[in-house]
Amino acid sequence: MDPIISVRGLGKQYRIGAQRAAYRTLRESIMRTLSGGVRRRSGEGARTFWALRDVTVDVAPGEVVGIIGRNGAGKSTLLKVLSRITEPTEGEVDLYGRVGCLLEVGTGFHGELTGRDNIFLSGAVLGMRREEINRKFDDIVAFAEVAPFLDTPIKHYSSGMTVRLAFSVAAHLDPEILIIDEVLAVGDAPFQQKCLGRMEDAARQGRTILFVSHNMAAVRGLCRRVLLLEAGRIAMDGDVDACINRYLARGTAPGTNQVDVSAVHRRHGYGGLQFQRVTLGAADNRAIVALGRPIDLQMEVRVETAVNDLELSVVVETAEGVRVCECPSSLTLGRIARLEPGAYRLECRIDQNILNPGRYVLTVIAGCGRRVLDEVPDALAFEIAWTRDGAPDSREDLSGLVRVRSTWTAPTPS
Amino acid sequence: MPGVRSHDRCAAYTGALELHIRIRPTRGWTALDPRTLWSNRELLYFLIWRDLKVRYAQTALGAAWAVLQPLSLMLLFTVLFSRFSRLTSSQAPYPLFAYAALLPWTFFSNATTHGAHSLVGSAHILTKVYFPRVLIPLAAVLSGLVDLLFGLAMLVPLMAFYHWPPGWHLLWLPVAIALTTVVALGAGIWMAAVNVKYRDVRFALPFVIQLWLFASPVFYSTDQLPARWQWVSALNPVAAPIEAFRASLLGLPMNPGLLLTSGAATLVLLAAAAWTFRHVEHSFADIV
Repeated sequence: MDPIISVRGLGKQYRIGAQRAAYRTLRESIMRTLSGGVRRRSGEGARTFWALRDVTVDVAPGEVVGIIGRNGAGKSTLLKVLSRITEPTEGEVDLYGRVGCLLEVGTGFHGELTGRDNIFLSGAVLGMRREEINRKFDDIVAFAEVAPFLDTPIKHYSSGMTVRLAFSVAAHLDPEILIIDEVLAVGDAPFQQKCLGRMEDAARQGRTILFVSHNMAAVRGLCRRVLLLEAGRIAMDGDVDACINRYLARGTAPGTNQVDVSAVHRRHGYGGLQFQRVTLGAADNRAIVALGRPIDLQMEVRVETAVNDLELSVVVETAEGVRVCECPSSLTLGRIARLEPGAYRLECRIDQNILNPGRYVLTVIAGCGRRVLDEVPDALAFEIAWTRDGAPDSREDLSGLVRVRSTWTAPTPS
Repeated sequence: MPGVRSHDRCAAYTGALELHIRIRPTRGWTALDPRTLWSNRELLYFLIWRDLKVRYAQTALGAAWAVLQPLSLMLLFTVLFSRFSRLTSSQAPYPLFAYAALLPWTFFSNATTHGAHSLVGSAHILTKVYFPRVLIPLAAVLSGLVDLLFGLAMLVPLMAFYHWPPGWHLLWLPVAIALTTVVALGAGIWMAAVNVKYRDVRFALPFVIQLWLFASPVFYSTDQLPARWQWVSALNPVAAPIEAFRASLLGLPMNPGLLLTSGAATLVLLAAAAWTFRHVEHSFADIV
């Protein structure tokens, strides 16, 4: 069958630090031109990175494809290119059919306008024709359950009502290709179920859906095919369970407790300092920490240009990408006043390890003030293992991310 | 051929987006493609309608503002210039002379200001959904036409008061309005694009527009200037629309040379706007 979406060699390059708030003032531009802007312009010295590279994929009509990957793997960039919000740097995409994209709930809403006005406005912005909106108007209102408030400006709506109305407009878009980014992260549980149901209906009617989510249960339930993105490239394409398992187990050569991160290219930051190696203190070179035992980390950094007011930080996340905690050096060291160029080694011990058994990932960050010098996401993956010698009084099967101490009193007659 | 096949299958849809879309790095001048604009006319209509509704929501005087602005400037100019300055209007009563020029001027200056802030102010939409970006400044400028109509309506009691009925020249009014709209579109779209890259626009624009008012034949007319400077004044793209408004509303003479020079300046303005906009459009979602 001919593909409905055909992506060939797609790439998107960003200048580092230019992703956000890179608008310039005239003065800055003039100064840069005066001080040899031509040389700068040729790209020399300007650091760039590929948020997306060599992505080639065909999607057949009616396929429901999940796109998963860590933060910064390029999922959102891919969706933005496919929905034409941003232009690719290289490569081509062919889309055969009307595209509806839902990167945010409530696109085009304006607080001063009434619910009725916003249905028309948001519908038009998302690509519906007026006649089409008129036809679906009653359905949209019924789905959103906001009928009594249709003529109230939505600035007086509760956030739940706004979200319901917004999703309802988008859900009635009915394009051949539907691009959805994490919209299920909004609303309360019953409404999320309703949204999922709506998407299942769309899939059953043979629409092609691209669906980005961190919610693996939703991906499993909805998708027949999954694209796993890692560092801007397609790492795996195909079977849902295989991709999800690899995603959950992802990380750097799982099992080793010593990772050379000097050449990792998914890092970002201004530079001047680079992490070289991250080592987890473990008995037998496997990245396993016993439940309740302190987590010992050793980092090697290379300083290229002297830095002042340095602060380092270790962030622990679960394999699914839920942030558990952050351990900044400033809590014990304060600011590190100055580091001259050279190689350094430092250690961090997380004494109070309350993590429940499972897979975790460490991100290491070096910064000064609000400026990130070097950040290596997912620098090291490790496992917290339940062992008998870990904590003698603990049970294996406690639910949740962490274990905290609780004290109970025995029941007394009241 | 896949294009043909998909065309059959989605024949039911004639929506805002084409049936076969090819996405690739682009170059060129496609920002103001008339076909794209036509296929998105409904969205343009909704955006204009939003701009109007939002602009006058929670204002006590509402659309009266559209009339108050040129009217108060008219009074000011009448007090300042009709008595003390030697710049007297050729034949028409000075208040009418000033008001007829203030209508296109107010439209132009408001359109430029609204246009300049339109793209940056809509960043939350533009980073989340695709439609031709030029619709945003287009809507901001065109919504000013409604204000212009209110202003024109005010001219009826004014003309009655000064016993200056309009003549057959009034037939030229649509042309004068179209001319003003084109100039306003050029300036509005251009400033919208520049503002994305250089936020200096926010500070510079109010001040530039004030200066521009005095450089334009609003409280004087072009033929009152020394003859050897008239061509400089004609380089101002707003000059011709203003004189055209006066010619059609009050039946004052229109200098064809002014129309030509000013028209050429307008073309340059439009070209600059299209070029700048195209350049910013590439990277808009990445910069804003």
